[in-house]
Amino acid sequence: MIRVILPYHLRNMAHVDGEVELSVEQPVTQRTVLDALEARYPMLRGTIRDYVTQKRRPFLRFFACELDLSHESPDDPLPDAVANGEEPYLVVGAIAGG
Amino acid sequence: MEAGELCQQAKLYKLDKGTRMSEVRVLVGTKKGGFVLTSDGKREKWAIDGPHFAGMPIYHMKASPVDPNRIYASQTSDWFGQVLQRSDDGGKTWAPVGNKFVYEGTPGTHEWYDGTPHPWEFKRVWHLEPSLTDADTVYAGVEDAAIFKSVDGGQNWQELPGLREHSTGSRWQPGAGGLGLHTILLDPTNPKRIYIAISAAGAFRTDDGGDTWRPINKGLRSQYIPDPAAEVGHCVHRIALHPSRPDVLFMQKHWDVMRSDNAGDEWREVSGNLPTDFGFPIDVHAHEPETIYVVPIKSDSEHYPIGGQLRVYRSRTGGNEWEPLTNGLPQSDCYVNVLRDAMAVDSLDSCGIYFGTTGGQVYASPDAGDHWAAIVRDLPAVYSVEVQTLS
Repeated sequence: MIRVILPYHLRNMAHVDGEVELSVEQPVTQRTVLDALEARYPMLRGTIRDYVTQKRRPFLRFFACELDLSHESPDDPLPDAVANGEEPYLVVGAIAGG
Repeated sequence: MEAGELCQQAKLYKLDKGTRMSEVRVLVGTKKGGFVLTSDGKREKWAIDGPHFAGMPIYHMKASPVDPNRIYASQTSDWFGQVLQRSDDGGKTWAPVGNKFVYEGTPGTHEWYDGTPHPWEFKRVWHLEPSLTDADTVYAGVEDAAIFKSVDGGQNWQELPGLREHSTGSRWQPGAGGLGLHTILLDPTNPKRIYIAISAAGAFRTDDGGDTWRPINKGLRSQYIPDPAAEVGHCVHRIALHPSRPDVLFMQKHWDVMRSDNAGDEWREVSGNLPTDFGFPIDVHAHEPETIYVVPIKSDSEHYPIGGQLRVYRSRTGGNEWEPLTNGLPQSDCYVNVLRDAMAVDSLDSCGIYFGTTGGQVYASPDAGDHWAAIVRDLPAVYSVEVQTLS
């Protein structure tokens, strides 16, 4: 299972507490993880990626295994530790606004 | 029973019906969530429910006049984009509905602040206008300026592209807050007629249900554009109408309060004796179509009341002659603003007027503006105020 940690407001929207666990078919990439997340929680569509371009919203970041994956290709494989569930994939709201 | 007693009974019944039997629900969108304020017809004691969508900017909340428990809310943020929320139980519970706003075709460009071409990009929903006849139909005014329509309760949205594709569209420039379509007025006597306004393109009207639109800005003069009387480019802040007389429009422009008696075909200035004719909101008394309200503020850049005195101005003559309303409003050291969607009226016998401030106060007057009181004082900055009169 893939573990995903969402920011507070998205957890509220999706009515989840703590981590989300997702079953994701190979290959495990940022795109397939986010696709699976949106399939499970349709109310999150458009909140992480732009509806039209499917690009990451500019005020969000993607982290895993102490790496910033925000600017990596969405189709690159995620680290093995994420793919095997040892480490979570984090969607993080950028610190902005003071 | 004597005639006089009957008359008195009727009066009491009317009072009872007009005040005690009714409920008023005020929908307040703020920088950090939405609030639902309720009171009985006396409008003295208020229950505050919220924040809903805590921490999220709520640009606008508005209920269906067909089903008063159906409320739409625009939640928008730089982090998570646009979310449309809907309640079917009067604001007690909410659920996200559709948030896919995609322009028809290839959107092209409008003008940026410096006059250079800038791609049309959806940013947020500024205003929601539920249909007058169908609870599942609702219009959305968005930034960058366009109008969308849903006929399934907000699940799916379709642009009415005739507006954005108007021949002047490539010349529209944003106002300081963005290229937002902020006003949508539905003509209660003509379902094909809709008025909209855009900062800073101006006002437009459709007479065919949204297929085609034409600018209705004749008579407006704006010194901040090369041709002050141009067809488009005017920073219209808000338009209001009285449902009994939908051809008469009142406008608060960036500067100038304006009036049209022919559905926007021509405008004339009615700023009259206002201390400043800059402001954002404008509204019409529920029972007196010639009684209108504005909140003048000092500007271009200050955007707060003159001399720190918060004053609503009322005209009972459809403009030109204005009186300040101060009773219960702070008359010193007040430096808040009242945004364009943050004023509304109820329809009780004694018409209530409501407005919210960027300082988080929502003021109400149960007697058409003669007396005011803060019904809540310390909310986040208020973006919008809408009122429902429930029987």
